[in-house]
Formats: sequence, structure tokens, C-alpha cells
Amino acid sequence: MSKGTKDHAQLSDVFNADEARVNWHDETLWFVRAKRDKAAHNLPEWEMLRETASQIKDNVLSNLHDYLVQFESMAQENGIKVHWASNGEEHNQIVHSILKDSGVDRIVKSKSMLTEECHLNDYLQHNGIEVIDTDLGERIVQLANEPPSHIVLPCIHKKKEEIGDLFHEHLGTPEGMADPVFLTAAAREHLREKFITRKAAITGVNFAVAETGEFVVCTNEGNADMGAHLADVHIACMGIEKLVPERKHLSVFLRLLARSATGQPITTYSSHFKRPRKGQTMHIILVDNGRTTQLGRPDFRNSLKCIRCGACMNTCPVYRRSGGHSYHTAIAGPIGSILAPNLDMKEYADLPFASTLCGSCTNVCPVKINIHEQLYKWRQVIVKEGYADPKKAMAMKAMEFTLSKPAVYKTAGKAGRWVLKHIPFAVNNKLNLWYNHREMPAVPKQSFGEWYKENVKHD
Amino acid sequence: MTNRDAILAKVKNNQPATRPIPADLSTLNTDFDKIAAFTNVLTTIGGAVIRVANFDEIKDYLLKEHQDKKRIISTLPELQEITELNWQHNDPHSYENVDLAIIKAHFGVAENAALWITEELMEQRVIPFICQQLAVVVNKADILPTMHDAYSRIGNAEYGFGAFIAGPSKTADIEQSLVLGAHGPKGMTVFILG
Amino acid sequence: MTVGLFIPCYIDQFYPNAATATLSLLKKLGVDVVYPTKQTCCGQPMANSGFEHLTQGCNNLFIENFAEFDYIVSPSGSCVLHLKDHLHAESSENEAQAIGIRKKIYELTEFLTDVLKVENLTASFPHKVGMHQSCHGQRGLMLAQMTELVAPAYSKPMHLLNMVQGLEIITLNRPDECCGFGGTFCVAEEAVSAKMGKDRVADHVHNGAEYITAADMSCLMHMEGILRRQKSNVKVIHIAEILNAQEF
Repeated sequence: MSKGTKDHAQLSDVFNADEARVNWHDETLWFVRAKRDKAAHNLPEWEMLRETASQIKDNVLSNLHDYLVQFESMAQENGIKVHWASNGEEHNQIVHSILKDSGVDRIVKSKSMLTEECHLNDYLQHNGIEVIDTDLGERIVQLANEPPSHIVLPCIHKKKEEIGDLFHEHLGTPEGMADPVFLTAAAREHLREKFITRKAAITGVNFAVAETGEFVVCTNEGNADMGAHLADVHIACMGIEKLVPERKHLSVFLRLLARSATGQPITTYSSHFKRPRKGQTMHIILVDNGRTTQLGRPDFRNSLKCIRCGACMNTCPVYRRSGGHSYHTAIAGPIGSILAPNLDMKEYADLPFASTLCGSCTNVCPVKINIHEQLYKWRQVIVKEGYADPKKAMAMKAMEFTLSKPAVYKTAGKAGRWVLKHIPFAVNNKLNLWYNHREMPAVPKQSFGEWYKENVKHD
Repeated sequence: MTNRDAILAKVKNNQPATRPIPADLSTLNTDFDKIAAFTNVLTTIGGAVIRVANFDEIKDYLLKEHQDKKRIISTLPELQEITELNWQHNDPHSYENVDLAIIKAHFGVAENAALWITEELMEQRVIPFICQQLAVVVNKADILPTMHDAYSRIGNAEYGFGAFIAGPSKTADIEQSLVLGAHGPKGMTVFILG
Repeated sequence: MTVGLFIPCYIDQFYPNAATATLSLLKKLGVDVVYPTKQTCCGQPMANSGFEHLTQGCNNLFIENFAEFDYIVSPSGSCVLHLKDHLHAESSENEAQAIGIRKKIYELTEFLTDVLKVENLTASFPHKVGMHQSCHGQRGLMLAQMTELVAPAYSKPMHLLNMVQGLEIITLNRPDECCGFGGTFCVAEEAVSAKMGKDRVADHVHNGAEYITAADMSCLMHMEGILRRQKSNVKVIHIAEILNAQEF
């Protein structure tokens, strides 16, 4: 998805036009954060688990070459066909050619953020292949012709009445029916027909084990399994960073993933695919798409430790009040804001600034990615690379001129005049946006510096 | 250079200096009632635990509670007399109308009520996912404390496919309202045997 | 022991009462405090906007003003955190001075609890107070335990507030959610910033606060802007003013 002409701030402005809806969105996600807290606090060893997961991923990133080679060879030994894609376009072409060779033009797909990142659905549809997303949330946004707004909860931005309307239009449910149980049952029936009739299934990959060549897919709905076990062709798409060294390391990640994501002790299904079933062909596509570049950025490489739990989104006070679509990228929220600039610094120059740097994201991250520190560092990179607003750059230079010179500061700052004009209103000083919802601070009779000079005796 | 070689070369060039694999974690506290914990978790995630002494009790329960089910299949020889025979070798799509499947698990995990089931215990991979109701039999002695114990138990066992299954299929995609039976089983019963 | 008092620019200009309370409180506790008059700003407004490369002038000035002191104390967790994380000397031979400052700079409440080890205060403030945990102080300087972590609870500011006579701390629904100020974020992301501020204020108001306090004036400035727009009777007050209060 492209932002077109609107950046995160402008898209958030639109989202905030309906305050009651913002409250609802905020409360819904806060509820998920609260469930995560409860699950984490049930385990006294939680912080130890996070630290261990973080160290395992450090090890993976530092030996990624060897692990990839090992994984490929083990997977091939297990009868899986392994493909390599340098970017999204190549990934899409590989998927398309597998489907073409299999004579398949209708497929089911379970949730895979990687395929969102590569815009696979658009590509396949342009090439005459019908794709049905089978995760309920993803099917809902697909029917609405929207991208997911959250990596774990794709339609968290939608109210049940809106989903009822969509289902009425597309699945023929009664008009005005918005009961989640009823709607889920309707989707179950609708999607069962797809599972039964489609010959190829695409799944994502949550973890892949270098030692054994197997990969793990986690779902609550069972849609990845329904697709994969009924299809003649199973294509699993994974980013090259999804590896863990050994099978036993899955214990650490499976303990953390669902607790961080939704507060569940584990997802309903954690499926370990090691060999194709008899008569089935199984493919794995290993995708780079910028990951090797990010690996080469010391300040940002550990963003590749991400296990896509979404906890940073649920806790982010900005995400909760701006919605996933305001990030105009497949992966929204704090983690998306440190991943996206790697792919396109100009297009996503706004995202590292869509944060107060409060640090809550870093604290909930199950693999201890220093997300808020990376947001700060991306800001420096984006400014240095020339993607900052020139007006902002001028204002910053003016600020620097004053603040680095005590005499200038004292004159300018007398009774708060200079500061009132420049801090925190130095940037985007179009119409003084502070004043839309907030009063200005009252200006005191004298500054502390002036008071001190008058009242405190000096040696 | 192929894509593969180009990607691997770039990885090699960009990856940082080696960091060690951390020490294995083990279960912090094993001194708790595993059966009670398992039961408690499974109940909260929408499943049910039935304690049984033997297979006759399982049969009695199934005949009583699932008499309305038309198609019942099982991988357990002990349950042959109340389930369909010779169902194992058909096209996986043909199990779409299975009302109840009863299978065995290698073990269960107390901390999350997950049961480890590999392909040979499913006969067909799709069985535990496609049936309307799933029942799993697990020995009382095979309820382990945590996932660390689970993977120690699995070790380097060979399987083509294996899954941890914890409770019935579910979704909360519509306004975070929990609904059981998204695609797979709408209910899950675990018989703890012994 | 001589303490250099660092009063961040916006406190100097808008909230001199927070600064005088800090000075008076430290003196009351027997500390020899000096306010270097040529100080300005820590450089954070530029750095957080992506212009850290423009902050060397501020850094040089800060080192010049503060290198000599045994400790540096400031009533702003955010500015202290910025200096701890990002203060560097222009030339490598002076980097030791910058490192020294980064180690000996303290936010006011942590200076009271960790260095002075204050166990009682003669303050009195008979009001219902909501404690706002400013993010940089809490998650950056670890002034208080964070709700995200599985670790024992503690709070340095709360420990001090508990020594104040008559003061009643109210319970919040979300004890450590950000107020949305975020420096230039407050104007660059105006819609979200204002909404965050409104929500934070509402939590305090609904739970009966007469005052909202914090160890960071910038968050309070933000929340004050919202409270005053809403014509609320609830006031903001820097924690130094409460710890120095003699209201009966």
C-alpha cells in the first residue's frame, strides 16, 4: 500500500475525526495488552525467557549464512523443494510459476505477512489466479478490499456491524446480522468449500529449524492446516530471518509467541511440517527482500529478530490512536516503523517520527528489540539522508543557534518570548497546532535565571 | 551468480561476528499438580478434560455424549467397536463429514494444555483439523510441566508432520469476541487415562 | 559535595516555580547547590527530531557549565536521560568529561532516594494527587518499575510522595501510559498527541485527582494545556513543589 500524498500524521488526523471510534480502537487493543500482561506475569521466568530468545536470535543473525545452508540441505533431504527470492517480485514470480506448473488457478492462503510485504495477492490476481485468504480477519479485509491493519488481528479496525454488512453483500448473510458467532459460522461454511476445492495452499512460516529442515506454522483457527493438508501443493513463504538453530529452541519461542500476541498460553495449533505427505509437493521460498541490507546496518539489524507477535502494536499509545492503516505499510506500528525505512527511506520517512519514544514497545518485545532506540536512530539517518522537511531543518538550525549561545538565549528568552515561539512549536509552525486542543503555558513574570540573579547571592 | 548464491554472499558479508547460543532453559518449578494445571488451562481455552480409568470408560462416555454423531472415526484399536472401520486410506477431502475423531497424543503439556500428536497418530494429517469434534486420549503419566520438557521428550524423534494442539479451533477476529470452531473442531475433549 | 543545578530551558522560561522548589528542597536537605548561569538546553528538542548532529554546541556548553561538579541534578527525567544517552565531547580528549557527566547526572527524585537516601521529609500537601510516570524517567532512567516487565514493583517518586503529610495518591487505570507530549511530536502528530493527552488527563480526573504531578515538567505542561482548555479545576504541579510544600 502506498500512502499516496498523505503521511502518518495526516492519516492519523483522518482517523481521529471520529473520537468515539478512536476510543473503541484504543480500548480493544488495550484489552489485548492487558491479556498479554496477565499471561506474562503468570510466568516468574518471563524476563529470562525474553533474554534467552533474544540471545538465540543474536546467534541466528550472526550465523545466518551457515544456518540457511544447513536448513536448505536438510529441507531438501526431507523432500521439500527450496527456492530463493531476492525481492518481492522474484518471490511472486516463483509462486506463480509453481502454480502454473501445477495447473492451478485458484488457491487458498493462510496468514503470511511476508506475502503482504511482497503484494502477492495483487500479483497473482493480475496473472489470473484467484487467491482466497482463509484467516477470518484476513478474509474480512480481503472482502473489504483493504490491507490488514494489524499483523495478528487483521481487521481489528472494523466493527462487527461493518463486517455484518460485508458478509451480507458477499456471503449472503441476513441484513443487519452482526453477531460474531453467527458471522464466524457463516465464514466457516464459506471457507470450508474453498478448502475442499482448492488444490494449492500457501502458508507463512513462524519458525524454521536449521538442524532438521522443518518449519512451524502457528494458527488459532486451523486454517493453515486445513489448507496444507488438503492441497496437492503446499507453498510456504518465509523471510530468511525466521530460522532457529535447533528444534529444542522452539520451546522458548512457543512459550513467548502467543502470550505476547494475545495472552494465550500457546496458539491452538503449532504445526511442524517436516516432509510433504505422500503424493504432495511441498515448496519453501526463502525471501530476502531487503533483509540482507538490514543485516548490514549495525544499528538496525536486530529488528530482524522480530517474531511478528504484534505486542508492540497493542501497547503503542500512538498505534492504538491512529490505526494500522495510518502506517501505510504491510507491517504497522513500532516494529513496522523500524522495518519500513530499510525498504524505502523516502516513502517511509514519516514513520520513525510517529512515536513519542515512550519505550513501551521495547519492554513488551519478546525478543528484546530496542525498538524505541532504533526509532531515534532512524530519525538521525533520515535527516542525514536529506528526507526531512527543509522548513523543519531551518527551524532546527535557528534553535541550535540560540540554544548554544547563552547570551542569545538570555535575550531571546526574556519572559519566555523566544521559547513560546520555538519550543515545542519550532516545527510545522503553520498555525500553531498546539493550540487546537491545548492552551499555551502562561508566561511568568520572570524566568528562573532572572529570579536567581536577583535573589541568590553569589560568591 | 544464482539468487541463492547472491543472497548467501550478501548474508555472509553483512552478518555480525558470531554470538553464542545461550544455555538451555529448563522448567523453573516442576513441583505442582500437572493434571490440575492442564485441566484448568484446557477449560479456559474452551476444551474439556475427562478423567478415565480405562478405555471402557471412554467408550461409555462417547456413547452417552456423542450418540448424535453420524460419522465417528478413531486411530485407536481399543475404540474400534464403536467407530468406523477401514477409513484410513481415502482421499483427505473425504473426511469433511467426520463428526468426531478420537486420536492419541504422545503427551500433553501442563502449562498450556497443548498435546503433541504426530502423523502416525493421526493416520491422515488432516484428521484433527477437519473433524467437527476432536477427542484426544493421553496417559496421566504423560502430562509434562512445560514446553522445555516437551522438546526434551521429543528429542530428535523422526516425523513427517507433528502438531501441538491446544483446545478447539478458535478466532477472536471479530471485535475480539472469542468464537470456537473457526475452521476446525468446535469442541475438544481430552481423556486423561489412568 | 557540590551539586550543579541544571534547569532545562522550558522550565526556566515557563515553570520557574518548579526550579525554585528544586533549589529550595536541595538546600533544605543540606546540599551545596550552584546554578551555572550560562546554561541553556540539553539539546534534546533537536536530537529527537533527527538533528542530533546539530547538538554539539549545546553539548559543549553543557560540559563547560557542568564538568566541575560532584553531581548534576535536574528536575526533568527526560533531559537527564538525553544527556546520559547522548552527551559527547567535540574532541576525543574531552570525552572523559562527557562520560563523567553522564555518570554523575541525576534526575531530582533519584538523587534524593539513591544519593541522599532521604527517608523522611517535612513536607505537607493535603490533597489527592495523581502520579504521572513520565516515560523517559520511568522506562529510561528506571525511576519506577514498568507494567510491561515481570519484576518487583518499586517507585522512587512514589517513595518520596509517601513521606508527604496529608497526601493521598490516587490509583490510575493505566499507571504508565504516555501523555503524548513527545517533544516536537506534539505538533508534528498533533491529532494523536492531543488525543493521548486528553485520555491521560481523563484517567486522573475520573479517579479523583486534585493535582497531577510528575518528575517531568514537559508532560505536565502538555496535560496542563489540555486541563486549562477543558476549564478543569485539576492542576498540575511538579513533584519538587510537593516535596517542598508546607500546606496545612
